[in-house]
Amino acid sequence: MSERKVRKVWEKIGAKKINKVIEVSRLTKRFGNISAVNQITFNVIRGEIFGFLGPNGAGKTTTQRILTGIIEASSGSASIMGFDIKTQALYAKEQIGVVPEMTNVYVDLSAWDNLMLIGSLYGVSKRIRTTRATELLNLFNLYERKNEKTRVFSKGMKQKLLLCMALVHDPKILFLDEPTTGLDVQSSRLIREKILEFNRRGVSVFLTTHNIAEADQLCNRIAIIDHGKIAIIDKPESLKRAFQSVQAIEVSFSELIKDENELREIKGVNKAQKAGDKFRIYTDNPGELIAHLINFSRQQGLRILSLNTLGPDLEEVFVKITEEHRGWNHGKEKSNIESI
Amino acid sequence: MGKKNPILSQFKSACAICRKDMFIYYLKAPVLIYGLLFPFFLFLAFAIGRDISFESLLPTVLGLSIFFTSSSVGPIIAPWETRMRTLEKLISCPISLEFILLGDILAGFLYGMAVTLILLIFFIPFSVFVMENLFILILGIILSNFCFSCLGILLSSPATDNPSNIMMLSYLVKFPLIFISGVFLPINKLPPLGRLIAKFSPLTYTVDLLRYSSGKDHIYPAAFCLIVLFISIAVFLCIGIFLHRRNLPKRF
Ligand SMILES: Nc1ncnc2c1ncn2[C@@H]1O[C@H](COP(=O)(O)OP(=O)(O)O)[C@@H](O)[C@H]1O
Ligand SMILES: [Mg+2]
Repeated sequence: MSERKVRKVWEKIGAKKINKVIEVSRLTKRFGNISAVNQITFNVIRGEIFGFLGPNGAGKTTTQRILTGIIEASSGSASIMGFDIKTQALYAKEQIGVVPEMTNVYVDLSAWDNLMLIGSLYGVSKRIRTTRATELLNLFNLYERKNEKTRVFSKGMKQKLLLCMALVHDPKILFLDEPTTGLDVQSSRLIREKILEFNRRGVSVFLTTHNIAEADQLCNRIAIIDHGKIAIIDKPESLKRAFQSVQAIEVSFSELIKDENELREIKGVNKAQKAGDKFRIYTDNPGELIAHLINFSRQQGLRILSLNTLGPDLEEVFVKITEEHRGWNHGKEKSNIESI
Repeated sequence: MGKKNPILSQFKSACAICRKDMFIYYLKAPVLIYGLLFPFFLFLAFAIGRDISFESLLPTVLGLSIFFTSSSVGPIIAPWETRMRTLEKLISCPISLEFILLGDILAGFLYGMAVTLILLIFFIPFSVFVMENLFILILGIILSNFCFSCLGILLSSPATDNPSNIMMLSYLVKFPLIFISGVFLPINKLPPLGRLIAKFSPLTYTVDLLRYSSGKDHIYPAAFCLIVLFISIAVFLCIGIFLHRRNLPKRF
């Protein structure tokens, strides 16, 4: 058998054998004293969209940068399709398509030339490069403008082109770092649709986001990360309750409230915090709470100056989930002590 | 797309990087100004009003152009790509940093070669070359352009996203070199200290080779000059790659 045939057979077997397309074990990245990523462990299964959900500064980008070979981890290990990211970096990189955070296309090149450049860096032959580029640009409604310098492109168009560039070599895994942040609604929607479409075609996706709705809509599993630690990895359905209980309302009254505890005693209030001249109130059921708040203001003779619903707050989700875990641990420890 | 021959496919990728650099950076203002206009005006300032025959200008003209042109592309690339945020995408591609830098070096090298060739054609009617030395001349030009392109890459290694910082740094380094390397003033007319420093400038050997191949008095044997240029390339490459690798994480 020729070497090529061996490789083909090997690829076939390998393709079936590897079920965990990304394996991460105790990965840590320190910048000086702070641990941007702290001992995280997770796997991404073939064919899934894996969400990496967390607030700003949680360590999402750092994680993606380590996994895509941009920076090195301080400790721990990870592999992509079975290739170790440290010792077999080039092989690991061949398997993936990447859209980094806040990255840019070459604005001095046309959309087409951007795609050709990336295609050739992945070793895609000219013929296949051309076919794929044409197909992708059409898919993302950019084909008519392929010969324009991307300097004139809108942010949404650039992001779509970046997705094309991540897909031009037909990768097995797609890494996306907040792909819709700061984009207009149409572009965001198109990008989400395409992510789902390519996932259906068999591409596994690692998706970083701070948008709960986006994670909920796209992902098969979600890891919630903050301060460099993963709080939980679960299906979106199972996380719904955690998301719901920390929906927030921001309200401000015409006068100071004499006893803030009265506010906390309103039915449906999980937690109330003062934020400037406003109160931020967490609840499972914003609709019902608003009715109670109106009653409350009438009773107290106050006027409501403003009232905003904020949706679930990620920091709070994280705190809540971590507390639940800790509470559970504490309970266990206590019972241990008691049994002694 | 299994890699049948990693080195070959990495080299192909380096060529793709080089093509990209040629399209984007050859026409950027700092490259045009520092790589073409500046040496041209330096030459004018030197030549105007002096009684020098055209053909005896050859070492000066070619020395200036090789030195400044080939080293003008490298310094702009790394800071520019850091600022424009295109670097992270590039690093995520399956090409090692060494070959990315090789692509950048090739771009500077070809820029220098193109300008040198155009100038050489100008000199042909004056038949200033010693024909037997033509091969040495060509080899010297190739090695010199490559050498100073590597110098350009080395100079771009500090992790800044401000191209003009690097341009300033590279002028701090490059400008003094032309005065002690025999470009304007033959080395044997320099003061003793100048002569000593000149020994450590690769440009000295480029100019000496040019003098040799245009039949002028020269100091070192041609083979020695070629070897020194070769060693300079190796040194610039090693230090350049080392510093770029070390500073890469600071660019994101
Ligand atoms: N190059 C760096 N140097 C120092 N600190 C960094 C660097 N990159 C990230 N950090 C820090 O690491 C933490 C995580 O950052 P990041 O991964 O970008 O978060 P996210 O993408 O979730 O918003 C932050 O506190 C950030 O300030
Ligand atoms: Mg981020």
